[in-house]
This record gives sequence, C-alpha cells and structure tokens, in this order.
Amino acid sequence: MKLTARYPFSAAHRLHSNQLSEDENWAVYGRCNNPFGHGHNYWLEVTVRGEPDAETGMLVDRHQLDDCVREEILSRVSHVNLNEQVDELKDLVPTTENVAYVFADWLKRGWMRHFEGGAVSFDRIRIYETRNNRFEIQANEVRQ
Amino acid sequence: MLITRRVEFSASHRCAVEGWSDEKNRETFGAEANEHGHGHNYVLEVTLSGTVDAVTGMIVDLKDVKTVLNREVVDVMDHRYLNAEVPPFDKVVPTSENIAREIWRRIVPHFSTDTVKLYEVRLYETENLYVEYRGE
Repeated sequence: MKLTARYPFSAAHRLHSNQLSEDENWAVYGRCNNPFGHGHNYWLEVTVRGEPDAETGMLVDRHQLDDCVREEILSRVSHVNLNEQVDELKDLVPTTENVAYVFADWLKRGWMRHFEGGAVSFDRIRIYETRNNRFEIQANEVRQ
Repeated sequence: MLITRRVEFSASHRCAVEGWSDEKNRETFGAEANEHGHGHNYVLEVTLSGTVDAVTGMIVDLKDVKTVLNREVVDVMDHRYLNAEVPPFDKVVPTSENIAREIWRRIVPHFSTDTVKLYEVRLYETENLYVEYRGE
C-alpha cells in the first residue's frame, strides 16, 4: 500500500545556465531568466510504501514522516533562494526537474535515520511548481 | 522522470448512439443522452516522460507543451458542441473515454522524440470522475 503526504513550501529561484549566452538563456527560460529571480508556492508530495501495522492500522507514523520531510528537505528550502542558498543546486540550474533530483537524493540518503528496519520505503516524490505543472521522480531513479 | 501539465476547457456534448432508439440511449447513457446536450468543465492532465537535459536542466520547455495543448485541444474543443463541431464526434460518441483517445491521437506526434514521450492523458469530466489513457 502507498501513502502520500503533501507539504507546501515557498522559495525563490532564477533559471540561468552559465553554459549559455544571455540571449540563449532568455530564449530557453523566458521570464524565468529574470536577473532578480522570482518565486513559487511549491507543493511537495512524498509517497511512502509499506504494509499497515496490524495493531495501529498505520502504514507510517505521520509525525515521523513529517519530521523526516521537515529535517531532510523543508528546513533546507523553505523561504530560501534556491540558487544562492542550497549547496547541491549551486552548480545546477534550479529547474523543478533538478530540484526533484536533489530532494529525492536527500530523502534517500536520510531515510534510514528516520525509518530503521526497512518496513517503510520511500517510493516517489512529486513537486508542483504551480497548480498546472508537476514533476514526479521515483526513488529508484536517483543516482547514488 | 515524469512531467505533467494541466489545462482546462469547457465543452458541451451529448452521449447517444446514432440509430439506437431514444429509449435505449436513455437506458445506456442516462442523463448524458439528453437530446439538447449538456456541458462539462473538463480538466486535462498530460504527462510526459523524459530525461533531463544536462545543460538546461529541463526535460521539455513547458511553454512548448502549453502551445501544443492550446493548439491541439483547447482551441479545438473549448466552448464547442463536440457532437456538431469537432470531428470525429459527429460519428463517435463523445464519452470521456473517446475524448481522451482523440486527445492522445492529436498530441502524440508532438511528443515522440528520443528524449520526450507522451506517457498518459488523464481527463477529468468532473472533479469526481476521470479517465486515464496510455495509448493502449
């Protein structure tokens, strides 16, 4: 069985590649290339997989999941500038594709600190950049 | 990785098989068979699968996706009576199943490169009912 929890967070970014000229950057990213940056109210959905406990009927302790996502992801990205303040994104363009890879990587690395024993697995994340655009990555797509 | 773009359009339709009696259409499609037609606010979610470009950090330019969806779906179906104005629904019953298939057929040529493929079309007829189609 799978369970998904949703976490809103707000952050700023600017889409700009050092490997492209100014004109090319504008052509590829349009207004997302604005030198001053801009922001989004993102939604992060974290999906976990496992079997509900026979006694509690719960697949995962909600508080434990909230703590895990807060520690591993939200504390690093809530109300920050993704280009400037996230080490893992300093050499990457903070498109939501790249952000999804970084988040999934963080969760995968930190997972066992929160969920020892392997009864609860990290399945996938989805990031909504806006209501109309969402990005999804499976845990097994992360290169570690 | 999967990327999903959402768009909305509103259209009217009537679900009935030509050649069937009114009674049989009523029995099969219920209120959807009302001969005066009715409408829905459709919500379309198009999911693409692809690999992230090493330079741009993008699977696909979402502006291009929006352009294709507007041209192939919204401009064609929004505020139209599907049965009368949008082929093939003059001959094919415009159920959500068939509309999803038609949307897939219209957009699949635009998302068939080595790096980006059409993965799924999800069409919500209402908030409470949707169909998913993966080209099967």
